[in-house]
Parts: sequence; structure tokens; C-alpha cells
Amino acid sequence: MAEVLVYVDHVDGAVRKPTLELLTLARRIGEPVAVALGAGADATAAVLAEHGAVKVLTADAPEFAEYLVVPKVDALQAAYDAVSPAAVLVPSSAEGKEIAARLAVRIGSGIITDAVDLEAGDEGPVATQSAFAASFTTKSRVSKGTPVITVKPNSAPVEAAPAAGAVEALAVTFGALATGTKVTGRTPRESTGRPELTEAAIVVSGGRGVNGAENFGIIEELADSLGAAVGASRAAVDAGWYPHTNQVGQTGKSVSPQLYIASGISGAIQHRAGMQTSKTIVAINKDAEAPIFDLVDYGVVGDLFAVVPQLTAEIKARKG
Amino acid sequence: MSLRIVVCVKYVPDATGDRQFTEDLTVNRDDVDGLLSELDEYAVEQALQISENSDDDVEITVLTVGPEDAKDALRKALSMGADKAIHVEDDDLHGTDVMGTSLVLAKAIEKAGYDLVITGMASTDGTMGVLPAILAERLGVPQATLLSEVKVEDGTVTGRRDGDSASEQLQASLPALVSVTDQSGEARYPSFKGIMAAKKKPVESWDLEDLEIEADEVGLEGSWTAVDSAAQRPARTAGTIVKDEGEGGKQLAEFLAGQKFI
Repeated sequence: MAEVLVYVDHVDGAVRKPTLELLTLARRIGEPVAVALGAGADATAAVLAEHGAVKVLTADAPEFAEYLVVPKVDALQAAYDAVSPAAVLVPSSAEGKEIAARLAVRIGSGIITDAVDLEAGDEGPVATQSAFAASFTTKSRVSKGTPVITVKPNSAPVEAAPAAGAVEALAVTFGALATGTKVTGRTPRESTGRPELTEAAIVVSGGRGVNGAENFGIIEELADSLGAAVGASRAAVDAGWYPHTNQVGQTGKSVSPQLYIASGISGAIQHRAGMQTSKTIVAINKDAEAPIFDLVDYGVVGDLFAVVPQLTAEIKARKG
Repeated sequence: MSLRIVVCVKYVPDATGDRQFTEDLTVNRDDVDGLLSELDEYAVEQALQISENSDDDVEITVLTVGPEDAKDALRKALSMGADKAIHVEDDDLHGTDVMGTSLVLAKAIEKAGYDLVITGMASTDGTMGVLPAILAERLGVPQATLLSEVKVEDGTVTGRRDGDSASEQLQASLPALVSVTDQSGEARYPSFKGIMAAKKKPVESWDLEDLEIEADEVGLEGSWTAVDSAAQRPARTAGTIVKDEGEGGKQLAEFLAGQKFI
């Protein structure tokens, strides 16, 4: 059976959920061979094996942390040369897409980004994507070279599928471009203790109607009552009420959770682009004409400062 | 010293319009008004700021690949303050994917001559966000991408890249490629004077032959990916909408409980 390379997104050996989802998709088209780079790479093997990785290729070198993107491309290319896979799957993070894209040029292959589903096809893997702010669904293939496909979080279930997961050291030689862009400083983001926005099963977002940074507390409280991530519309981010890393929309994150709760968000195209594929959508807005209500499964026309705290209290009461 | 900046821009269908695919499953560029991609305005803005903060003699060239109408995007950038423009236009470019477009841009950038290439973070139509990295790979220069802050000094570009897990400071020697985010600073509006001046600024037109690119390397036929189908997402079925009469939060909780979210 053909092998499929899966690029592993991990933090010091802790594998992030989108990578496990990639393993589910990879098993539909072949045998997953994982590639884990950087500090803690070897520690990823156990969980990758549980989810179907037949092999885990690992490499660690200071270059991975000290220089931007290209050292990881060199390593992924070394894995590609060693395995000759049927496809290369990479998580659709900002960095993941850049790594995938550079690999694709080098190996003379087409690239598909932000797939939301993947299935085997007669002419290679068929990727489902959303287009035009998720108003269209397209199905595409890579028609030249080995398909390189990046996949968005929440595109497939995480499935247990025990496999060997044998660790093999990957030999990497860095090219001249690897040290082109130096990372001279790194400030880790403070953890909020909440789920990662793009990976969360529930997202609670606030927009213009929240009307001030100090009011985001009620959005956070609702999120915490549901174990949800917190999002913000561009209007709220541009006003400086909430960090840009939490922005949902065309120029922020695109999310596809089981439940999306929009509070004080009108639902402009820029926002819809980032949340329209959510399974269940709920909105609270005082304007009954707000376009967000066209998308909802359940909407409440009312003052979010009354509705949201009541909702939070009711959830807490029901959860006991 | 002089500093030659090339800013890559894209002419895109207005995202607030009713965007559709054509029969050959390419983006319909005829039935929706086009404009300079909003995310590329940030790239033009940063080029202008680098120029304004520099003692060097800075020349800003805006470059686009696209049909005749794409000139509008160049005019907008020129009216914001760029010095000159290059329009790569060729009938054989219809349907070109990111690999072909990046090839055309790379050849055009090399022909134009450059010290720094600046792009936006993604287009607002294709939204892939991978062109900057591909372009850096093709040009063989460092990529300092997704910057929210950018500075050029003494032949070095520095900037801040805000990632999900960390904020990173980056540094690269010129020549280099930079992409900037929508957090890099509000783009200026063209002034009346700028709009008038733009009419006199040079716009060069190049075709594939000028760039020594064969027709089969680009276009729909030369595309490295194939779109098999495009279907409009069914409209979401109308949901329940209630007016809050004092129990809105509780009603919503009841709905969420019914859906097993609580």
C-alpha cells in the first residue's frame, strides 16, 4: 500500500489534534508515515502510532527553532525523498501552509490548501474546499506531481487505529536558504487555559455590540461555562477590545466548530467567511435585520448584556 | 544607495458582490466589480512607509498579473504613491493557478530588478496565502512573512511575526521577500493630488514572451491542480428566531440542551 507523509504539528512532543485528524484522512489513501521535527520529536511517536502511523521519521537540530520555515522544508523534502509517498498532508496552520507550498515547488507538484475533507479517487486524492466565504464547495485534485495538501482543523474525526509507529532518524542536510531568515526573538503567548480557537468544539465570539474591552468578560464567562474558545469579529479586534489571534473571519481564523455562538456580531461577509461552515450557529443581536440571523439555527433578538449572562447562569445551573 | 521595492498586487472580484464560478470552473471576473485586493493595500502602504522613513533613494514598482481590468488595481496603488507599474497580461494566462502565477511574478520581478519584494498576506478571492512563500522559494531569497511590523535599515529587513503560539522577531538580509498582515497599519486613501499624479505615472505592459515563459507552463491547461466541481452551498435552513422578552437566555439554553451541547 502506498505511503502518505503526514507532517506533525506538535509542541515539545505534545501532538496537536489537527495532526491526529490528518492521520484519519491519510489512512483513507494509504499508510501514514509521520514526520516530526524539532525538540521533543521522538516523544510524538506513541500517540502517532496509536492513531495509525506505521513509521515516525524524526529529526532535531537548532536550525528548526532559530530560522524561519525553510529548515523544516529541507527536512520534509528529505522525508519525501526517502519515502516517495503517494501524497503529502500538512496541517493548515500559517506555518504549515508555507512549508507545504515551498515543498510543492521543489518537488514540482501542485498544491491544494485548506481542504475540509479528503477521499481516495481514481486520479489521486480528491480534496473538498470551501470558496468565496464558504458560499461554494469545490472538489479538486492535484494534477501534476505528488499531491501536497494542507487540511484545516476539524476536518475529520480523531480515530484510534494502532500501528507500529517505528521511530526512524531522518537525515537532513540544510541548504543555503535554510539560514536566510533568522528568528532573533520569540515571546510565547500566554495560555488562557481555553481550547485553541481553530480546534475547539464550541466557539463563543463577540463583536461590535460587546462595546468595549472591559465587556468581553461576559463573553469569556459564557465560553468557560461551555468549555469553549473565545473569538472576536474584526470590528472588535480593530477597536482593540480583543487580541488579533482570536479574530474569526477572512483575515483571521476560519473555524468550523460543532457550535458557534455569535454575540453582538452583525455577520458581514468578512466574518461569515470564517465561521459559515460551523455545524450549529446561534446568534444574539439587538438588530433583528442583522445578516447573521440568515445563518442561524437559533437566534435571539435582544440585548446581549441581558441575554448572555442569563444564558451563562442557566448553563451553570443545568451543569450543576 | 538606492532601494528597489516591488509590490505584488492582485485585482480581485469584490467580496461583497455575488461571486460565482464560470463554466470552466475559474473565478467569474466579468459579472462582479473588481478592485485592488484589500490585503494588498497594506503591502503598498508598508512600501510607502519604508520609502518615507528611508534616507535612500527608494523606487516603488507595483506589479500585477491579470486581465485588462487589473490596470485599475495598479492605478489605485499608483494613486496611493507608488512610482511605476508593470502589468503582465496575456490571453494564455486565463485559469493559471498559484504555481503558474508565482512563476510569472518571479520572472517579472527578476526582469524589473529588486532589493525587496512586498506582498499582502493572501488574496481575498483565492485566499490560499501561500504565494509569498512560493515566490521566495522561486526567487531564492529569504522570506520574512506575515509581518505585523516591518522595518528596513542598512540592507536588512526586520519585523514581527505574530503566530498562534508565539510572537517572533525576524531578521533577513536583502534581497528578501516580505508579506505583511492587515495588522501592519491602516492603508492610506489616495489624495486628489495622488489620483491626478497617478495618471502620468508609467505603466509597462509585458506578455509571456517578454518573460520567456511558454504558454503551456501557465493557464488552465498548464495548471498543476484541477477543479472537478464547484457547487453553491445550500442556503442554511431558516432557524428559529425569538425576541427576548426577558427569558431569551433561558430559551437559548433550552435549545442548546436539546442539541446536547449542555
